[in-house]
Amino acid sequence: MKFTLSWLKDHLETSASLDDIVETLTRIGLEVEGVEDKAKTLAPYKVAYVVSAEQHPNADRLRVCMVDTGEGAPIQVVCGAPNARTGMKSVFAPPGTYIPGKNITLGVGTIRGVESAGMLCSAAELEISDDHDGIIDLAADAPVGVPYAAYAGLDDPVIEINLTPNRPDCTSIHGIARDLAAAGLGTLKGDAVPTVAAKGSCPVSVTIEDEKLCPAFALRLVRGVKNGPSPEWMQRRLLSIGLRPINALVDITNYMTFDRGRPLHVFDARKVQGNLTVRRAKEGEEVLALDTRTYKLNPGVVVIADDNGVESIGGIMGGEHSGCNENTTDVLIESALWDPLNIAQTGRKLGIITDARYRFERGVDPAFTVPGLDLATTLVIDLCGGEASEPVVAGKVPEDKRVIEFPWSEVPRLSGLDVQPAESEQILKRLGFAIQGSGERVSVTAPSWRPDIEGKADLVEEVIRIAGVDRIEPKPLPRLEDTVAKPILTLIQKRTRLARRALAVRGLVEAVTWSFIARSEAELFGGGDGRLALANPIAAELSDMRPSLLPGLLKAAQRNADRGLSDVALFEVGQTFASDEPEGQSIKAAAVRRGSARAEGVGRHWDGGAQSVDAFDAKADVLALLAALGIPSGGLQIVAGGPAWFHPGRSGTLQFGPKNVVGAFGEVHPKVLKALDLKGPLVAFELNLGALVPPKAKPTKMKPKLNLPDFQPLTRDFAFVVGRDVAAGDIVKAAQGAERQLIVGVDVFDIYEGTGIDPDKKSVAIAVTLQPTEKTLTDVEIEAVSAKIVGEVSKKTGAVLRS
Amino acid sequence: MTDLNQLERDLLTQVEAAGDEAALETVRVSALGKKGSVSELLKTLGAMTPEERKARGPLINGLRDKVQGAITAKKDTLAEAALEARLSAERIDVTLPVPEAPESRGRVHPISQVIEELTAIFADMGFSVAEGPDIETDYLNFTALNFPEGHPAREMHDTFFLAPDEKGERKVLRTHTSPVQIRTMMSKAPPIRVIIPGRTYRHDSDQTHTPMFHQVEGLVIDKQANIAHLKWILEEFCKAFFEVEQVKMRFRPSFFPFTEPSAEVDIQCSRKGGEIRFGEGTDWLEILGCGMVHPNVLRNCGLDPDEYQGFAWGMGIDRIAMLKYGMPDLRPFFEADVRWLNHYGFRPLDIPSLVSGLTS
Repeated sequence: MKFTLSWLKDHLETSASLDDIVETLTRIGLEVEGVEDKAKTLAPYKVAYVVSAEQHPNADRLRVCMVDTGEGAPIQVVCGAPNARTGMKSVFAPPGTYIPGKNITLGVGTIRGVESAGMLCSAAELEISDDHDGIIDLAADAPVGVPYAAYAGLDDPVIEINLTPNRPDCTSIHGIARDLAAAGLGTLKGDAVPTVAAKGSCPVSVTIEDEKLCPAFALRLVRGVKNGPSPEWMQRRLLSIGLRPINALVDITNYMTFDRGRPLHVFDARKVQGNLTVRRAKEGEEVLALDTRTYKLNPGVVVIADDNGVESIGGIMGGEHSGCNENTTDVLIESALWDPLNIAQTGRKLGIITDARYRFERGVDPAFTVPGLDLATTLVIDLCGGEASEPVVAGKVPEDKRVIEFPWSEVPRLSGLDVQPAESEQILKRLGFAIQGSGERVSVTAPSWRPDIEGKADLVEEVIRIAGVDRIEPKPLPRLEDTVAKPILTLIQKRTRLARRALAVRGLVEAVTWSFIARSEAELFGGGDGRLALANPIAAELSDMRPSLLPGLLKAAQRNADRGLSDVALFEVGQTFASDEPEGQSIKAAAVRRGSARAEGVGRHWDGGAQSVDAFDAKADVLALLAALGIPSGGLQIVAGGPAWFHPGRSGTLQFGPKNVVGAFGEVHPKVLKALDLKGPLVAFELNLGALVPPKAKPTKMKPKLNLPDFQPLTRDFAFVVGRDVAAGDIVKAAQGAERQLIVGVDVFDIYEGTGIDPDKKSVAIAVTLQPTEKTLTDVEIEAVSAKIVGEVSKKTGAVLRS
Repeated sequence: MTDLNQLERDLLTQVEAAGDEAALETVRVSALGKKGSVSELLKTLGAMTPEERKARGPLINGLRDKVQGAITAKKDTLAEAALEARLSAERIDVTLPVPEAPESRGRVHPISQVIEELTAIFADMGFSVAEGPDIETDYLNFTALNFPEGHPAREMHDTFFLAPDEKGERKVLRTHTSPVQIRTMMSKAPPIRVIIPGRTYRHDSDQTHTPMFHQVEGLVIDKQANIAHLKWILEEFCKAFFEVEQVKMRFRPSFFPFTEPSAEVDIQCSRKGGEIRFGEGTDWLEILGCGMVHPNVLRNCGLDPDEYQGFAWGMGIDRIAMLKYGMPDLRPFFEADVRWLNHYGFRPLDIPSLVSGLTS
């Protein structure tokens, strides 16, 4: 919402400065976005008289001018403008002036040997128009020495406020003035609307088909007008706020829109055929609107039609056919009320943004429907002459009695500021609220122009925004309990945080990637459910809610590789989506490693070559994460193979029993690499943090008792020959099971395939640690345990001891 | 007598001359071994008269002790020399690089870090952390928050929609974290003090907007909480978060459908050479929106607005991260460029806490 200072002062009797006004506007909730004050920016530019303009001795195209600036002796200025001549009046800028159109600051210079102490300016140099053909040529009576901005009427500062959608009353300059007056900045003017001397009834009648969509429609004919350009003061104001003057009748409607927040429409009465009907448009009906575009309408749109058809889109834009031009002699002026919701929907659907729509969708003062028509009529008669008919009003301006029972104590209760009832009452009255009753509790009636006022809290806001929010002193919020602060994080919140730190400690870098990915990517990673597809994605590759963190991370790794950073290790801890229900959302942790980005070291090293990442790097990451999260590894099973996006032979599934799969790791499937245009080696894991069991509740924080055995542990090595398909994990498990009391550890320390071993076999060497608890083991006892281990491993895996 | 002296001189000379442990051992055997010259002398003591023994004994024993002492000393000297020689042969080039430790390579994203920072601050003020789903119903994202159907306020939110279900209702990607306010009030009786950090989405993408971003909201509901408390909380938060002694804040009345009265809050700062400093200067920077929870919102959650009251505020996590740590643009937050992450990310063990400070 834009307006000029002088326009505001039509409605506000005030001695406040521009700065005061601007500061107050922001303070009371009408945030000032910007102020354009040409009187300030153009202050050094003054009207000057060119005493003489003579040919420059050394340059054909230059003239040497003596310029009377109204102060002291004439000043010598070298000027290149073709129109510089003796006896003209123009605009002079002294040295030190900033020239916006040239982005320079003037100095005293010597041009081709002649001194020049200032400049005569073109309109383009002042950035007031594009005209740079010559210097500004002013009328002969222009007063020398007067600031040019004041002389040219450019000294009316333009203020732009950022209006919140709840304040339709401040889409009018009168409304803004009312707020400023309430804030103590002056007195509101111009509330009274002149009465119109009307003759005869309006010859055109109006029928409203649906009063919900158009509760009231006032219309009046003014005969015998002379339409032409509007007066200069009106044009200047409209131009200042960015509107293009058209003709007096149209300009009056635009002027009223800003002056009073009352959009109007004018029809050329001679082009209107028969009576007017306000109705829903018919499917496929078309109208050529004033913006010269043709709109295809539907029954959602409310139109004003005559016997010709649609003449106007109600509350949004008039039609070209019945528009007013300089030939208009009889004009129909419309002041109507429209359903805000329907206007908003229509405007959105048709894609029309107008000042009328902006106001009607926020809510125009219903009580001002007929007074608005009267005020516009007065302006028409004043500017264009003519004779007005009586108005015809179809429908009815709705009764608006919003009475709020208001205890004055509500202000301190919500605001914490002890505003006295007298002050609150004064503020509300100045804003146009009516107050009945007295004492602790009163009845407050909201003014018709404030549809946003519904209840007590709204009244509190009105009081404190005018009284000043800055008067409220901060006050500590008391603790709920006088105790040491309790832990606040939930289990999943703790695990999410811990996961980040645990993965970062492994040299992984945390990324935050989009929650939405391409449909094809979602499908590759087990998603693609239509219920998780956006109806209006911002881009085709950001269309579906992600089922997995991996597509985003894999693509990010590739983007880094494309920039020359081929060894990347990234992780993310974030939400994934299995359905559109809250339960379908789960927090996962995932990581990818590319190239040689291993935890132990990245790239080549003098101590050894660059080793490519493999599935075991991903396995190490996810096991480290589980350990950091304190998940007991006892029940964890690692099963060969993983989801379809992993290499089937080089991936594993993590589960606590077949019904509780928590994650997977491995090498990314070559088909996925191809589909996403990725280059490996790329390994990854993904773990569902939400699927991990909570820790067992314990009555105390005591750790289990530590039993330190009195006897030394001992280690025995075994090398087994087994089928190549036998999992090392099964051998370890079998060995562990041979003598549970004694065996405390089994490690695989060698795997061998090749010479000396059958081609379909491999050798697996394990080290078994025995921990005696009662006494030192004898050789015989050790032999017995060894035999048990060999027996158990043979039985479970078909292994034989390597000879 | 002369024999003993001569023998002592000879033996000590031999000890001194021994060049290594083996040579020294030979000397030791020749003197102190079973058949050694000194041992032989010691054997003669048994056959002596008591008087003779009294005279010769100390001399022979003295000789033995002297030789033994010399051998021990020489042994130490030789061992020392041998170690010296070994050490001077054992050399490494300590300037060779070691692999960079994983804990110095890893990084935590600024958004995660900032969420931990503000959680630490609000936890101290008695707040817990509430969360909710990213895919929301239209009711919880808008209607329950007092956005009237078709009202222009809904247009302020450029909403992502999902496909309509069988009943024609379409879910949305939450445009703010405020639906979690409703979920919290519906599931928990006052007093309520929560912060709600999370991902939010708006159909907007340009230099300064991304279709996904992060917000944190705060919600306080009890029977007394008012704007004075709200101001205190926000001032204390800003001081603690930006780690400055003083901040100056400006509350501008504004509009949000779910609060009444509402305000936008600016924080005073100076901008010098691209650096923003809080607690000084004359510029104002918008930082958050806030207000008293709208009576309709309380009613929608089954709370009587004449009995319960409270306030809420919301701000952009990405934005306050940018203000504190100086990232010039928002878009790189989500581009996973490791150069950016290495620079603006945080070391794995830089864990924010009020005990040791939010930043190291």
